[in-house]
Amino acid sequence: MSAAMSQDKPLLTVEHLTMRFGGLVANNDVSFVARAGEITALIGPNGAGKTTLFNCVTGFYTPTVGRLTLRHPDGTEHLLERMPGYRIAQQAGVARTFQNIRLFSGMSVLENLIVAQHNKLMRASGFAIAGLLGLPTYRAAEKQALDLAKYWLDRVKLTDFADWEAGNLPYGAQRRLEIARAMCTEPVLLCLDEPAAGLNPRESADLAEILTFIRDACNPNGRQTGVLLIEHDMSVVMRISDHVVVLDYGRKISDGDPEHVKNDPAVIRAYLGEDEDAALPTAAAAGSKGA
Amino acid sequence: MTMPSHTAGAPHVAAKAVDWSGSVREAGFAAFIALLLTVPLVGLRTIDRPTGLSIEARPEEVVASVLLVFLGRLGLGLIGQGLALPVLLLALGAAAVGLVLPMPTQVLRLVLVAGGGIIALRAAFAVATHRSKLTLAERDRRMDRVAAKVQHATRYIAPVAIIGAALLPLTPIADRQILDIGILLLTYIMLGWGLNIVVGLAGLLDLGYVAFYAVGAYSYALLAHYFGLSFWICLPLAGVLAALSGVLLGFPVLRLRGDYFAIVTLGFGEIIRIVLINWYQFTGGPNGISGIPRPSFFGIAEFSRTPAEGMAAFHELFGLEFSPLHRIVFMYYLILALALLVNVFTLRIRKLPLGRAWEALREDEIASASLGINRTNMKLAAFAIAAMFGGFAGSFFATRQGFISPESFTFIESAIILAIVVLGGMGSQIGVVVATLLVIGLPEAFRELADYRMLAFGMGMVVIMLWRPRGLLAHRDPTILLHSKTGGGAKPAGGTAR
Repeated sequence: MSAAMSQDKPLLTVEHLTMRFGGLVANNDVSFVARAGEITALIGPNGAGKTTLFNCVTGFYTPTVGRLTLRHPDGTEHLLERMPGYRIAQQAGVARTFQNIRLFSGMSVLENLIVAQHNKLMRASGFAIAGLLGLPTYRAAEKQALDLAKYWLDRVKLTDFADWEAGNLPYGAQRRLEIARAMCTEPVLLCLDEPAAGLNPRESADLAEILTFIRDACNPNGRQTGVLLIEHDMSVVMRISDHVVVLDYGRKISDGDPEHVKNDPAVIRAYLGEDEDAALPTAAAAGSKGA
Repeated sequence: MTMPSHTAGAPHVAAKAVDWSGSVREAGFAAFIALLLTVPLVGLRTIDRPTGLSIEARPEEVVASVLLVFLGRLGLGLIGQGLALPVLLLALGAAAVGLVLPMPTQVLRLVLVAGGGIIALRAAFAVATHRSKLTLAERDRRMDRVAAKVQHATRYIAPVAIIGAALLPLTPIADRQILDIGILLLTYIMLGWGLNIVVGLAGLLDLGYVAFYAVGAYSYALLAHYFGLSFWICLPLAGVLAALSGVLLGFPVLRLRGDYFAIVTLGFGEIIRIVLINWYQFTGGPNGISGIPRPSFFGIAEFSRTPAEGMAAFHELFGLEFSPLHRIVFMYYLILALALLVNVFTLRIRKLPLGRAWEALREDEIASASLGINRTNMKLAAFAIAAMFGGFAGSFFATRQGFISPESFTFIESAIILAIVVLGGMGSQIGVVVATLLVIGLPEAFRELADYRMLAFGMGMVVIMLWRPRGLLAHRDPTILLHSKTGGGAKPAGGTAR
């Protein structure tokens, strides 16, 4: 796998991230790295702070404490915690999907993918002036955008639905479209918030295939994309992730490859609760975590 | 309370046999409610006499409206029981009698014509669809298909309409009144199309659009008054100033959402008007500005019999007989060109990233931000552009009237423009035209019934709310298609199976 190759080059470095909402500490001193060419899964029980962490990475929240560094393959670094939300997508190249699907449901599938290439097209259209005049530079750029949209439509098997209203698609197709839309921004880091939620096993398998494709293949522009994933469906997580980070009550409790995490007693404790007898020796440690 | 016994009559409607007593009872109940409402609202009228305010009773109006409600409800009930055809014939007959035969009072005529007409429409609808009781969803879908057809037919209707509008001043029917109505309609169509950019495309509910109209009008009036600038210099300047005021308003306001945003724009509209009233030394206050110069023929010629120094007279330049109508015709073409400019702009911008970003913002702001769309800039652009078109329309208004005062820029104007956009179907270009014809054109055509104008306006709004909550012609076509029209229009057969 390509993981070994890029071992020493972290794509996203999260350091000492703490997010407080008043007295509530949603993330407490979380640090981990996500690498390019890998799928990093973020798991944990409900309320563990996964989505909050996501929102910090994608700029919807500004973290209370901590540093989020995104290092592009070409060496440029972006400090995500200092950027306004839309710039994180525009300049740093972080794209995301949402737990409850947020498509432009009144617009067609293809339009959704074209809107995702807004910044590129906006420049090409000379902030609408060249576009209004119908200059050839803009037409060439639009053609390119259409090609990228077609590429991803093909990947997520939605080509036949391209002219449908996005809101009329079946649920699984909407999930795939949201991923395609995020990929059309040509990101270096793709953040997926529970992409398999509500999918049937076949659709989950399709999704896993798409995600491994995104990890292994390059974008048409030659940039590799790292994937950060929140997921509850363990069959998906264990099958496709290269690296798993486990959160519980806002803290990181485990970090490693799927095999390691699966056997980590702290993870088992967080998910399955404590066995009364077995718990006795570690009661003190558990008490401090469970607070 | 008589209510329970009457509402119990309602389920009988579903029965096969015609339930006459039930229908009559239901109609009687509706008429009773109408009586309760109309006695204070319609039956009494205050009159200003030299001795002071006194009250006059208007019994025939009350009787007429109660009768209207009774017959209308009865008609609806019978339509619901499958008697659509007889009701249609009766209603048409009543309307015809009201139109043709002499009536003792004007009110009776109104009852017969309006009541008969509406019931006839409803009955005709029922006859045409063979189904009297459509569910709301079915009706909506049906109307959607009609809207889609209209939208597609626009490709053929639009050129015909534009040519028709362009040829209108050349036809013999084009007298002063027709042209004035045409100019009025086109002004509102232009404003509707302008506001459509903000409300229909960007999804920002702007209740103060008239503010930009006022800024445009006063820009021209004041620039002409203080600096003697001509209309053709002021027109772009008015647009720029209005756009600037749009940006100024936009910066603090665009962080608000939904209702809060609407309220602040409403306030801005009022602030502009109040400033205009109170800045007496500069704007002339409530007296307004008069003697605003009329536009020249592109700075070459004037439309007066005796042009000023250094200007040719239009009629001499073209070797025509002098006619005061020349100026009106010129104005008509001017506003037609301005309105078409807005339309072409909107049609083009929808296919550009800017327009697509507006629609995306309307659909989902958060998703737009996650795709790197700068929300503030996009909304500011929408605001500024719409304001600019409002400013153009405003300076046209000033030069057409020759006199402006803050009176012309009250909230009701904003409300009417917004009603046009919403009634037509948000984002629909042809919808704005249809709605303008309804909202502005009908009252102009039936000036004799001016007393009932607001009544009809309200009734129309209620009907739209019930039948087409999303507007008359709310239908959106994608701005870009992957598959060709014929292949893509038909939904892929295997599609639903997935």
